[in-house]
Amino acid sequence: MVQANGQAVDTTRVYEIREVTVSAGRIHREAVPVQRLDGKVLERLSNHSVADALRYFSGVQLKDYGGIGGLKTVNIRSMGSQHVGVFYDGIEIGNAQNGVVDLGRFSLDNMEAVSLYNGQKNSLLQSAKDFASASSIYLTARTPRFAESKKNNTKITFKTGSFDLINPSLLWERQISKGLKSSLNMEYTKSSGEYKFRYKVNNTIDDRGGYDTTEIRKNGDIEIFRIEQALFGKLKGGEWKTRLYYYSSERGYPGAVVKNSGELKHEDRQTDRNFFFQSFLKKQISTNYSTQLTGKYAWDYIYYVPGTILSGNQYKIHDVYLSSANMISILPFWSANISVDYQWNKMDSDVDQFIYPQRHTGWAVAATSFNWPRLTVQASLLATFVHESTRRETTVQQDWARYTPTISASWQPWPQERLYLRAFYKDAFRMPAFSEIYLTHTGGSPSFLKPEHAKQFDIGVMYSRNIGKNFDINGHVDVYYNHVRDKILARPGGANFRWTMMNIGVAKIRGIDVALGVESRVGEDIKLTGRVTCTYQKAQDYTPMKVLSDTISYKGQISYIPRHSGSGLFSAGYKTWDLSYSFIYTGKRYSESSNIPENKVLEWYTHDLAVSKLFRWDKLQFKAAVEVNNLMNQAYDVVKNYPMPGTNFKFIFNFIF
Amino acid sequence: MFKRRYKFRYVFFLVSATLFISCRGDEEEIIPPGVIPVTPGESSPVKGFFLLNEANMGSNKASIDYFDSDLGKYYQNIYPAINPNVVHELGDVGNGIKVYGGKLYAVINVSGYVEVMDVNTAKHVSTITIPSLPNLRDIVFDEGYAYVSSYNGPVHVTPDAPPGCVVKVDTATMTEVGRVTVGYQPEEMAIRGKKLYVANSGGYRAPNYDNTVSVIDLNDFTREQKRITVGINPHRMKLDSDSNIYVSSRGDARDIPSNTYIIDRNDAVSKSLDLPCNNMAAGGDSMYVCSVEWSSVTRKNTITYAIVNTKTQTVVSRNFITDGTEQQIVFPYGIAIHPENRDIYVTDARDRVNPGVLYCFDRYGKRRWSVVTGDIPAHMAFTRKALQNLDMLEPGK
Repeated sequence: MVQANGQAVDTTRVYEIREVTVSAGRIHREAVPVQRLDGKVLERLSNHSVADALRYFSGVQLKDYGGIGGLKTVNIRSMGSQHVGVFYDGIEIGNAQNGVVDLGRFSLDNMEAVSLYNGQKNSLLQSAKDFASASSIYLTARTPRFAESKKNNTKITFKTGSFDLINPSLLWERQISKGLKSSLNMEYTKSSGEYKFRYKVNNTIDDRGGYDTTEIRKNGDIEIFRIEQALFGKLKGGEWKTRLYYYSSERGYPGAVVKNSGELKHEDRQTDRNFFFQSFLKKQISTNYSTQLTGKYAWDYIYYVPGTILSGNQYKIHDVYLSSANMISILPFWSANISVDYQWNKMDSDVDQFIYPQRHTGWAVAATSFNWPRLTVQASLLATFVHESTRRETTVQQDWARYTPTISASWQPWPQERLYLRAFYKDAFRMPAFSEIYLTHTGGSPSFLKPEHAKQFDIGVMYSRNIGKNFDINGHVDVYYNHVRDKILARPGGANFRWTMMNIGVAKIRGIDVALGVESRVGEDIKLTGRVTCTYQKAQDYTPMKVLSDTISYKGQISYIPRHSGSGLFSAGYKTWDLSYSFIYTGKRYSESSNIPENKVLEWYTHDLAVSKLFRWDKLQFKAAVEVNNLMNQAYDVVKNYPMPGTNFKFIFNFIF
Repeated sequence: MFKRRYKFRYVFFLVSATLFISCRGDEEEIIPPGVIPVTPGESSPVKGFFLLNEANMGSNKASIDYFDSDLGKYYQNIYPAINPNVVHELGDVGNGIKVYGGKLYAVINVSGYVEVMDVNTAKHVSTITIPSLPNLRDIVFDEGYAYVSSYNGPVHVTPDAPPGCVVKVDTATMTEVGRVTVGYQPEEMAIRGKKLYVANSGGYRAPNYDNTVSVIDLNDFTREQKRITVGINPHRMKLDSDSNIYVSSRGDARDIPSNTYIIDRNDAVSKSLDLPCNNMAAGGDSMYVCSVEWSSVTRKNTITYAIVNTKTQTVVSRNFITDGTEQQIVFPYGIAIHPENRDIYVTDARDRVNPGVLYCFDRYGKRRWSVVTGDIPAHMAFTRKALQNLDMLEPGK
């Protein structure tokens, strides 16, 4: 990570926007908003999941169904979770269940950086899929680094706390030979998922009072085992990486909290098994030509059983992915990227009358980039081809071909000021995820979802400055407009594991993201950092009115998008002590486009506090941390009728040697 | 200069910290009912009606609306304001509403109970819950007893879904006094004389739907007397003015279309009308039928309306809405006929996630008024006693 002026960057702060990649001897700046968490900041959050880390980015709305086992997904700029591409070590992750990646499944322990790109990442050498999503999250797994004369790094972590949590994990990194490194990561999690929640309703109409009830969230238990083995190799002018991943979980679904006579218990259980193997190879063939090859095979298995007396159903999804990316430098300031990707999906199930769908998807992209010292212009054209077939139903069969352009630019008006102006336009096309259509109880009734088309416009400014020797500020403001046709909306309902899917005819999203970060040093030992983000979003349902009663939802704020949201993250370090305080605010939302009192979901604020202390004995490092979440014990729902836990604790012990 | 910057730094931290430690001002509140004047008041022996909005599973938004005929006013979502102390309000999904013996009964399907209210006030009186019997569907009454149909299993489509049952409940004690096992996933019921008819859908066993109507002798509520075979996936059940029973068959939304059958007074299927039906209501010598049929070929719903002359048992009209309003109805779902003036009520469930609309037509099919309801307006019960506590719904009036 090197900044434009060549200054080394301290990794203890949350980066704003300017991810700068050094490639082929040139420096290249991002023209789309990028937010990134890494280094110490990520370490401070490492007791949380990836989903928790993303809450600190502006423009992000987290959906959390509560507890350790509860599904956690994000929306970015109201585009919907399914529109967010999640890339793990450079390769996109699919999800068998909802098409949304459950971000709770990735541990921050093993992560080097989490980056969020609005629009697309514009690295000079990347696969066609990197151009396909409206927004992308890049999870960069830790690359082993060894201190002088060290050949092994071992990190053992044990977490425990509320919800009867037991969570040991191991990370073992090894230098096998000069050009070969290995990383093994294992984690086990078990939790009862039980917690108290409260619903209090005041009566402001008369003096008869309302109600105030405290209940216990049950059947939210979870047991997870995850193991990953990665190899990192060096080549002449390049590198390769390969990873094996296995995840297995068994969980209960606590379900929505609705009035219940007690006769219909939530006893639904789900077993998940995910396996993938992925490899990639990057090599500079000549001074003007670099290439990258990527391959992946993934297998997902779900077994869902609705209670104790009935038999369940199983679903299996196979996923094969291949990509070739090529970069050519035409002139010192001009380069081009041509990439071709192919993916094959297949789904099997023992559901009666299942239609055994298969999908072939091809992506091809041509991109070009002009990089002058103070001006960067990038343009790309992506072609997406989809062919779907099913064994039984011929009416579902579909072929799609779509061409989607993107253009972006970044300009630094004055060479001495780190002020950048940027703008982008991007077209995005998204097929409903395989599972959004076919994961059903009855084989013959897939959901009839239309593909989603989005046009995104963004203009923004970012600025950073050192004020004096010990005080840095940085910040950005972005204004955006998204026009989405057939926006895909997923809502929990019916059976827990299968969401209700629908399209919103037209959605118009206008928003502004603001982020401000400061960093300061007092004397030698005290270090303070702060970061505040806030977002205003008007995301309205503009589906053309066909009948008079469509006024009920016309122009309504789209489900679960708050007008106002924000976050704060403050930390103070003194020698081996670390204190961090974070704050999340989500304004009032509506559960549906009809913004009536019945659909209102209250705003919430959470305050989290963490203290840690590092001990060093020779080569052994020991870190102990205490974390208190939801300090004010606020009763809140992120998703209506899915109550979140009150004040809860976590204790983390960490050995590194 | 340097000093001032230092100060700014601390002020920044301090201000941010105070801003964020402020508390939430807003708390959940009982939602006051919407009061909408829809028509000039009109006096009638029928004082109005209750409308039950189903709402989606998991939403906890089933609600009851009330229309007052004398005032011509429509009251949306009356239950929470009248019963502010009832935890989690009505629950979901509202599957049926009936008035019987001074009480108002609402069957709440997934929440698994029958809410019993005073018909004069809509105040909560009691609850019918049947131990270890979830998934209640419909309720009918006879001589002081309520008969409640139940799927007798959790909400899940599976070939091993168990047969359903009908439970007999004493309305004096609201407790079970008998139970009879019927076919799979029983839906609507009808009582003719001393016999109870139950439409067995088999909906959870798709594609192996049930296709029978169970007949139970109410004098011997211990077992099924017999089964009558109709089309697959039976659902609605209504009596005409001559005590014939009309049964709808939902079909399978693929190869077998929806249909309507008539069971005559000898318990024989006397006619198949070849008429799709997703709901119907009897008025005079007519049966008013509406239908929404999904086609997997065109991927569109086909909406149709019909009037069946119950004397000749023939379709006499393919539309009972005569002023073009049918163009405004997205998803006709519930239907009712005013017992006195024969006004026709049709509910529009629209997209099924946002509020619906209730349309009132006169007997000639001309629109009189319409009003926004709750989510998935579906079931209506006319009342001959006006609500006496409207002040709770319109405080300060």
